[in-house]
Amino acid sequence: MKKLFSRPESLTPKRNLYCPGCGHGIVHRLIAEVIDELGVRERTIGVAPVGCAVFVYDYWNFDVTEAAHGRPPAVATGIKRVLSDRIVFTYQGDGDLAAIGTAETIHAANRGENITIIFINNGVYGMTGGQMAPTTLVAQKTATTPLGRDPKIAGYPIKISEALGQLEGTVYIERVAVNSPKNTIKAKRAIKKAFQTQLGNKGFSLVEVLSMCPTGWEVSPVEALRWIEEKMIPTFPLGVIKDKT
Amino acid sequence: MENRILMKGNHAVSEGAIQAGCLAYFGYPITPQNEITAYMAKRMGEEGRIFIQAESEIAAINMVFGASLAGARAMTSSSSPGISLKQEGISYMVGCELPGVIVNIQRGGPGLGNISGAQGDYFQATRGGGHGDYYLIVLAPASVQEMYDLAGEAFDLADKYRNPVIVLADGILGQMLEPVNIVKQNSRVNYRTKKDWILDGCKGRKPRMVRSLLMDEGALEVHNWKLNEKYEMMRKSEVRVEKENLEDAELVLVGYGTSARICKEAMETARQRGMRVGLVRPITLWPFPEKVIAKNADRLKGFLVVEMSLGQMVEDVRLGASGKCPVYFYGRPGGGIPEVDVILDKIEKILR
Repeated sequence: MKKLFSRPESLTPKRNLYCPGCGHGIVHRLIAEVIDELGVRERTIGVAPVGCAVFVYDYWNFDVTEAAHGRPPAVATGIKRVLSDRIVFTYQGDGDLAAIGTAETIHAANRGENITIIFINNGVYGMTGGQMAPTTLVAQKTATTPLGRDPKIAGYPIKISEALGQLEGTVYIERVAVNSPKNTIKAKRAIKKAFQTQLGNKGFSLVEVLSMCPTGWEVSPVEALRWIEEKMIPTFPLGVIKDKT
Repeated sequence: MENRILMKGNHAVSEGAIQAGCLAYFGYPITPQNEITAYMAKRMGEEGRIFIQAESEIAAINMVFGASLAGARAMTSSSSPGISLKQEGISYMVGCELPGVIVNIQRGGPGLGNISGAQGDYFQATRGGGHGDYYLIVLAPASVQEMYDLAGEAFDLADKYRNPVIVLADGILGQMLEPVNIVKQNSRVNYRTKKDWILDGCKGRKPRMVRSLLMDEGALEVHNWKLNEKYEMMRKSEVRVEKENLEDAELVLVGYGTSARICKEAMETARQRGMRVGLVRPITLWPFPEKVIAKNADRLKGFLVVEMSLGQMVEDVRLGASGKCPVYFYGRPGGGIPEVDVILDKIEKILR
């Protein structure tokens, strides 16, 4: 009998610690599937963030390092410059990538580092208990915007992918979501293309993934899927932001 | 092959690193260490190695983190305010057991301070510097030749212990010109083999991880005890110190780096005037040569510690002396340079 579905080799059997309805597990799997399909597991080095995905090295079955909060693009730069024939990617949340690590993100992109960034945008700091993220929507309630994000006090949700698209050093940037089977299939396609961009030595690639955080948003897992559709996508429209491949 | 040439301290520390097989350098401009970044930009290119002018000192140390975990000998350099920014990364490197070399060409502080040579970062360097409970080997050159030699030594020690090493110099040593014997150290260049902990893709082996996060109950304590074994080994094996005229000394000057050079002149003049003065020059500031202090404390009229600061190393000398003899201090902060005449006055008063 033909096997139709199994765990990718790049994913360990370890049970993850994510909340019910969280998007991280889906994206971890998509990355693992892509790495298997490209046959690069044995020459891939991942860089984990600080945030909910801090334990991702337990879930991936290839070499993974931690990095200080916000610093994965600098760490990935160091690795890739030394081992230019390896596949080096970072996995970062919105706080890691677009708040504390903004400088590292922009300058790795601007140098055109031949690395891939998988950017998880769920609009909230999950691990620390649901505080405002740089991508928190206007009027969205969080632990640190109890009355909803007021632009007069806390500014606006940052569209970092669009900003990175303006830089000459970037090659491929796309925003996707994992809130439906259809979107998830598209997300995988984008992640694969990002890794292929690096494999082809074309330069910097980034995939922004709109991902569910029911706990941080204080909604049910099912409502969280709708939440992405109805609230996040109008602010963060899906699609290719830049493609110079 | 040996070659004697006139060099600036900042160039010597850079060339020393290159000769020791530094494969990747990451830096950010700050005075008075700019000659390092410029020299590395040119020489690393000539050698076909890696140079990046990073967007910040924070990014630079994290690039060192990445290059090091990929197996390369890697280095960054800065001056005091920039070294403060690197502390986060240094703490992570210790936690993850990654080697690397950090050169601090100290300037006056606190804050933006000034660009004169100073020694105000002793506490920061010898007490870990970042968050958490850790130590680094701190090497203190006192000549341009030592800037060259200790750069190479720093890489060897970093690899030996899988722990970052700091070369703590100052703006005067960085800018000073002196002759240097350049020894080509080809033996050191093949360092990349046999590192069985690096991340280079899991071909033919199980995946590895590099991390400092240990959340299981008790795991972090176990890790810290394991790291402590390395610190204990460093304390036992890596103390380096220069001693002069201790045999008959009644008073011993203690200074490192630029201050030690001034102390040496004061000692020589004092000897000419018939005063029995010796010198202890710590070359490793951590581990501190406390045994030399302890061994001589009983029979001395005192130690006189000279620093370009309000008094930092003097605390280690006091710990070493443990109250067995007085410990005097003369220092100038904020870029002030201790004067030989003042040291001689103090010697005379103490010995009178």
